[in-house]
Amino acid sequence: MKFTWFNLMPWPYLPDDFREKHRSVWVDIDSKLFDPAKSHEVYNMYMDLLEYASTLGFDGVGVNEHHQNGYGIMPSPNIIAAGLARRTKDAAIVVLGNSIALYNPPVRVAEEFAMLDCISGGRLVAGFPVGTSMDTNYCYGQIPALTREKYGEAHDLIKRAWEDPEPFAFNGRYNKLRHVNIWPRPIQNPMPIHIPGGGSVETYDFCIDNTYSYSYLSFSGYIRAKALLQGYWDRVAERNTPDESPYRAGFAQTICVAETDEEAERLYSEHVSYFYNRCLHVYPGFADAPGYRTIKTIQSGALSQYAPPKGGYGTLSWKDLVEQGHIIAGSPETVRQRMEELIKGLNVGNIFCLLHVGNMPKDKCMYSTKLFAEKVMPKLRHMFPDYADDDRFWCKPLSRRVTPGDLPAERDLAGLMAGKD
Amino acid sequence: MTITLKTIQTHHVPVQYYEGGEGQPLVFLHSAGGITGEDPFLKKLAEKYHVYAPLLPGYGDSEECAELRDMLDITLHTADVIDALGLKDPILAGHSMGGMIAAELAAIAPHDVSRLALICPAGLWLDDHPVPDLFSLMPYEMPQYLFHDVEAGTALMTAGVAIDDSEWLKAYLVRNARQMGMAGKILFPIPDRGLSQRLYRIKAKTVLVWGDSDRLTVPAYAHAFKKAISGAELVSIAEAGHYVTLEKSDQVVAAIGRLG
Repeated sequence: MKFTWFNLMPWPYLPDDFREKHRSVWVDIDSKLFDPAKSHEVYNMYMDLLEYASTLGFDGVGVNEHHQNGYGIMPSPNIIAAGLARRTKDAAIVVLGNSIALYNPPVRVAEEFAMLDCISGGRLVAGFPVGTSMDTNYCYGQIPALTREKYGEAHDLIKRAWEDPEPFAFNGRYNKLRHVNIWPRPIQNPMPIHIPGGGSVETYDFCIDNTYSYSYLSFSGYIRAKALLQGYWDRVAERNTPDESPYRAGFAQTICVAETDEEAERLYSEHVSYFYNRCLHVYPGFADAPGYRTIKTIQSGALSQYAPPKGGYGTLSWKDLVEQGHIIAGSPETVRQRMEELIKGLNVGNIFCLLHVGNMPKDKCMYSTKLFAEKVMPKLRHMFPDYADDDRFWCKPLSRRVTPGDLPAERDLAGLMAGKD
Repeated sequence: MTITLKTIQTHHVPVQYYEGGEGQPLVFLHSAGGITGEDPFLKKLAEKYHVYAPLLPGYGDSEECAELRDMLDITLHTADVIDALGLKDPILAGHSMGGMIAAELAAIAPHDVSRLALICPAGLWLDDHPVPDLFSLMPYEMPQYLFHDVEAGTALMTAGVAIDDSEWLKAYLVRNARQMGMAGKILFPIPDRGLSQRLYRIKAKTVLVWGDSDRLTVPAYAHAFKKAISGAELVSIAEAGHYVTLEKSDQVVAAIGRLG
């Protein structure tokens, strides 16, 4: 199993009456709600937490990209990842990912990911999302019906920029580049790649064809995810894929651990409520620009399975959220049991653990994270013995890596210089 | 008045078009909302003209066309359709998005278009009058931008709507994705593809038709078009919104009549 501690970086100061007074947490969220001075603390707290998680045995620490979004103040995950590359030692840096249709030209992603891979010593796990319609169409102005074609071209360009040892010309429809020849080059070749998807049939096939891991990053939990991931596994079988390795798939799950089930509710319910009530308050007009999804996907009926529950999240109590599996919360034993159900039920080898939730303060987040790392994770390690050696979807760091800050002492400089003469 | 749905082959795809009436040939290019054979405005036009109303690929149940990506593709495709219909210099009329395409075509091929009717066309952008983001509007929010009489407009738009029926909803989502997905290539996220720098090329006798209560492309756009197209005549219609074609069909047909 691969466990990644994942942080969306929600803005923790959305007001109590956010739902009533504001129409959307995303796209046209009120800029007055953002306080740059407070964000200094928020960003550093979130980066501290990512670094902390990396010391507890998580396989990776994860970041992602959103724009104009009150629950994800990370328009550039690469900036956070650069900090993590320096401040963490062994954990994978999971950037899930860069919305490659948005970069002009997309070789920028090839370069930045190569830099992250080189700085971290080969610890990068790269993600290439199409991007949500909110981010890609409404914030970044991409034409919905052309987004996937542009995405596909960006993908081909980045892959070739990494892999082709010679400079090449790229005559794409959206990118005309006479000289592609990126410096630096990534350490890893091939790069492990995860594709966040939301039920598009085309994305299933894209992952299968390229041996990429399919990640379903939902907030509605493992029970509701069953149909969607089953669709993926059915497709894997249909396409005669050589194996059904659980590492071909990943899933994001909100998790809250305490000593007891009661304590979990007492400690975390307000933060969970903050997340589901305020952070997911998105104006429905921004959900799906017409043309963004393919007709095939709409016709497959998959959309209804990951739409918010009827009546919205706002109506769900802690009990509802737990029972319906939107969140997995409780004592280490409760969480272990439900994680086991999740992992087996969905057949997923990559878990993106959302252990920071909504406006959770750092002490509670550390508490929950530490309990998960020490009392839950070890018991879930060996769920798929048949695929224990499947390393196709994870990073392969250099065995000898430098320690950041490894400069000689200033006082030794004169002697070193003298020695060199 | 009988309106018939027919199909004609073009370079890229088979194109569906509505045809009806007798008289001078008139090509009508529909708005982002599309058009059906039941459209009252189309019927009114067909009382006076031999009307051809081609559907953009993806509209109705016509075949989509991935090769049409940008404004030039779409404009040239429209010229292909007129050619394929065997028409030479028909009266060219377009509503909203269709007006934008008509204006593009008249600018690109000024010697092929001598009579042009632009009914509240899209295609320009004025910073002081940002066009509402049509693509993010929920269906229930649309009538206020599209109609002078919002209540009647709402009734028109919600006739036959069965939002609780999942099959209906799926069909609606598919139709919307096909149609508005296509429209997005022209209008998303800002309906400006550089038309303002080409309008000077238009040589056609041009009539601009605008509803006074248009809240999607407000009448300031009428004046911007009038200023940019030499000799254009503006016909402003009272108590009509963006769907002036439906709210004041007779007056729109009369305005087109000024082209002779």
